[in-house]
Amino acid sequence: MSEAVLTDTGDVLPGGARGIVADFSADKQAFQVPWGKAMMWFFLLSDTFIFGTFLTAYMTVRMSVRDAWPVPSEVFALSFGGEPIPLILIAIMTFVLISSSGTMAMAVNMGYRGERNKAFWLMMATAAFGAMFVGMQAFEWTKLIEEGVRPWSNPMGVAQFGATFFMITGFHGLHVSVGVIYLIVVGRRVKSGFYDRTRGNYEMVEITGLYWHFVDLVWVFIFAFFYLW
Amino acid sequence: MAQDSGQQHPLSIYFGIWGLLFVISFFSYMVDYLNFQGTLRWTLILIFMFLKAGLIVAIFMHMAWERLALKIAILGPPVALLVLVWLMAYEADYTFLTRIVFFGEGAPLPLHH
Repeated sequence: MSEAVLTDTGDVLPGGARGIVADFSADKQAFQVPWGKAMMWFFLLSDTFIFGTFLTAYMTVRMSVRDAWPVPSEVFALSFGGEPIPLILIAIMTFVLISSSGTMAMAVNMGYRGERNKAFWLMMATAAFGAMFVGMQAFEWTKLIEEGVRPWSNPMGVAQFGATFFMITGFHGLHVSVGVIYLIVVGRRVKSGFYDRTRGNYEMVEITGLYWHFVDLVWVFIFAFFYLW
Repeated sequence: MAQDSGQQHPLSIYFGIWGLLFVISFFSYMVDYLNFQGTLRWTLILIFMFLKAGLIVAIFMHMAWERLALKIAILGPPVALLVLVWLMAYEADYTFLTRIVFFGEGAPLPLHH
């Protein structure tokens, strides 16, 4: 079943376990991009399924409860002295994350142009926006927890609200936090000229950018389905 | 081998998309602020959501400039999620009806179980 084969280029590929190694290291390429970029895309694909299942679970829960789902517009309203403004914090968080995506896209561009310093500072700006986002999320969590929202109950409506809220925004917040660390690590290497010395190109900045834009992308869906719906 | 120069595009594209994302986000916030309800609300939410997602993937993540093999490999599989959504919507409907049968439509359930 698993025997050695002769390829049309004249190479002999061994069978069995050695064959697995031979096949996976066969020096063939399907995607005409740097391998790191292809791998980041596949990681993001798997992450898409994680967030996709979370949001589907949220849909299932929300569709199947008998009592009223808390109105996000009211739950996430914030008052600055006067009348509460609906969803205002979430809107600000959305704009912060979009701004960070913009600075990240610039950083990728500057990296490829070899403008190390500009790329570094744009990545730091991206990280700062990310940290700001996580900070506001921590504020939002604190506010809700003080109001008595728990994963198993809450004073606004059906009990399932808390579980989905903490799970989805928590997992997304974790991604943002990891992204901030990732940006700082890669940013330092950009600044020190590490990519000039090793591979001489700045595809790593683009790969980091892919991850960062994905975090923004997930927020687009969370904003639409969890906060606006 | 990999491309020599990677993805290089004029900065004006990024500024344009950036601005556009701000405008669309503002519109989707307005859907809530102006308190649109029903089908209009859901349609607008979905349109703005897909516009934003599409712009981010196509321009910021450079998918528009990648080769078709990569586009299909990455953007194809998530379509399978629609099957999951369909199955779970079906299931959720059933659960909802079961709850109506057992608990009735009237008095609210206690908040703490």
